[in-house]
Amino acid sequence: MANILDIENLRVTFPTDDGEVHAVDNLSLSLSAGETVAIVGESGSGKTVTSLSVMGLHNPNSTSLSGHIKVRDGEKIVDVVSASREEVRSLRGRVVSMIFQDPMSSLHPYYKIGNQLGEAYLVHNKGKKAEAKKRVVEMLDLVGIPEPAKRAGEFPHQFSGGMRQRVMIAMALMNTPKILIADEPTTALDVTVQAQILTLLKDLQKEFHMGILLITHDLGVVAQVADRVSVMYAGNIVERGSADDIFYRPMAPYTVGLLNSVPKITIGKRERLPSIQGQPPSLINLPSGCAFAPRCDYKASAPAGACDASLPLLTGLNENHVSRCHIAEANRATLFAHAGRE
Amino acid sequence: MADLNSQPLLSIQNLTKHFQVNKSGFFNNTKGTVKAVDGISLDISEGETVGIVGESGCGKTTAGRTFLKLIDPSSGKLIYKGQDITGFNTKQMRPLRAEMQIIFQDPYSALNPRQTVGKIISAPFEIQGVEPTGGVKAEVQRLMERVGLNPEHFNRYPHEFSGGQRQRIGIARAIALKPKFIVADEPVSALDVSIQAQVINLLEDLKREDGITIAFIAHDLSVVQHISDRVVVMYLGKIMEVAATDDLYGSPRHPYTKALLSAVPQANPRVERTRERIILSGDLPSPMNPPSGCVFSTRCWKATDKCRTEAPELLQVGGSKVACHFPE
Repeated sequence: MANILDIENLRVTFPTDDGEVHAVDNLSLSLSAGETVAIVGESGSGKTVTSLSVMGLHNPNSTSLSGHIKVRDGEKIVDVVSASREEVRSLRGRVVSMIFQDPMSSLHPYYKIGNQLGEAYLVHNKGKKAEAKKRVVEMLDLVGIPEPAKRAGEFPHQFSGGMRQRVMIAMALMNTPKILIADEPTTALDVTVQAQILTLLKDLQKEFHMGILLITHDLGVVAQVADRVSVMYAGNIVERGSADDIFYRPMAPYTVGLLNSVPKITIGKRERLPSIQGQPPSLINLPSGCAFAPRCDYKASAPAGACDASLPLLTGLNENHVSRCHIAEANRATLFAHAGRE
Repeated sequence: MADLNSQPLLSIQNLTKHFQVNKSGFFNNTKGTVKAVDGISLDISEGETVGIVGESGCGKTTAGRTFLKLIDPSSGKLIYKGQDITGFNTKQMRPLRAEMQIIFQDPYSALNPRQTVGKIISAPFEIQGVEPTGGVKAEVQRLMERVGLNPEHFNRYPHEFSGGQRQRIGIARAIALKPKFIVADEPVSALDVSIQAQVINLLEDLKREDGITIAFIAHDLSVVQHISDRVVVMYLGKIMEVAATDDLYGSPRHPYTKALLSAVPQANPRVERTRERIILSGDLPSPMNPPSGCVFSTRCWKATDKCRTEAPELLQVGGSKVACHFPE
């Protein structure tokens, strides 16, 4: 299967007043047409920086990128890391598109919805105004906005939060991109509206045969839509596998902790929530060993001193399910057995 | 659990809070009323944790603040320990403030960035003129330890702490005067999952060890289920359903409760793949112009003409109280 996106050994750092931030470290990830890959992690784990890099939206003056972000554009493959700004601009919206978390601040309050959507089309189809108008109405209709021709003439404040997110999705899909990056697309929405938007995204994915890179912290959303999952912690992928691998056979201690700390709706019995002790580390002075070691409950099961000495490699018995941990994989299966949801 | 025969700690009777809204345009002035809280009645017993859930704009935050009289109600009554506090002014409320506290949602804006943590946590003592045994500093350090902060960080400023730690500072401040009743307004929604679990556990400890009564306001149904004894579901300023936690989650009676529960994603892909989900159409109607009859009728799949004209009352159905003409 040909991948439409291949991220290889991506490293992103940027300077701050307190020192250099290692936001993403040696990250590899692939996405093929029609599948949904989720990147899960807490604030500061590097998931948003990864998605912005794919779009080439990092600040070129301060941020330093290394590695490869290979995007398939028809027959051609463009590496976002080394390509010129013009090349990246031509990919944006046409091949790779993005929807953001906050639909209120992502739309311009002074321009009509129709203008903003039309602009997205005209960038890649110069001068085709009549076509753009037609396309705007068509897309608004597709994302479930009633009376699309009339609503195209309205301003963002005339739409509710859920409707604005639909408008954002319509805008992202104006040029039928192959890759859609959805950065926390439902975090700002209420649960009932979230369910509507996730269903819409899945339907559109089928229709356009898009690959979706879903960035989220919500494991419930991941369970609902993802085919494959990468779990990030402190700039590193700590585990990568199919959705079933991650939820039923987690292999990294961080994934286990994360799954356990999600409150579940259970009738009758209520137990104390298992939580992960401590705080995530600062990305400026990362510990030399495994970044999760100071918070890990299973450190005692690893070979003495290993966790503090080096960052474990991303390995696995099965190449489709890999994880980082110094504890031997065979031992982990029994150690983490209680975390699986089966 | 509290003794059901004793009087409730806080009795809320037909409470409303209406905000006047003036839209002054260049050519026309429109006046409207937002019915943020529209006639809710609820008895909260001592030692109980009542969860209040609903979508944004349903009035849960306004309700919580009105319970504490941080906002004056438009009508209705608040009876705290048998005493009618509805008409109390600021001065009359002051001694009661020691017993009624609030924990805010956003741990970033709830703390003064120019005050040290020690100063923030000791503010309640200063305001109430209380001299704790052993001195203010010792007490503040005891509180910091109680909520899981390092007491040596007494002299640090809020920006030196992470979100979860800041929420702990807010909790330490709220429990400083040994309150009886705390309104916790979305205390964990700004926190990451692993930190969220720590703060929920802390609140559960406080409830168990100090017998604090909590009104826990949140939009996350699984968090509410975890901490509450009883749950109130609100929609457009009204109570849709009230029931013991297991009853509400096990056998929801109101269509809205059912839809809300079915919309909550579960961290379990196999359940998610096969699950039948009730997807409500449309958005929350504007609270300035709520639908006639049952406020939920515009999004309800069971709605009939009766629902659109006649507002249902909150009535006992089995173990739950439900405001619906056709409860499940």
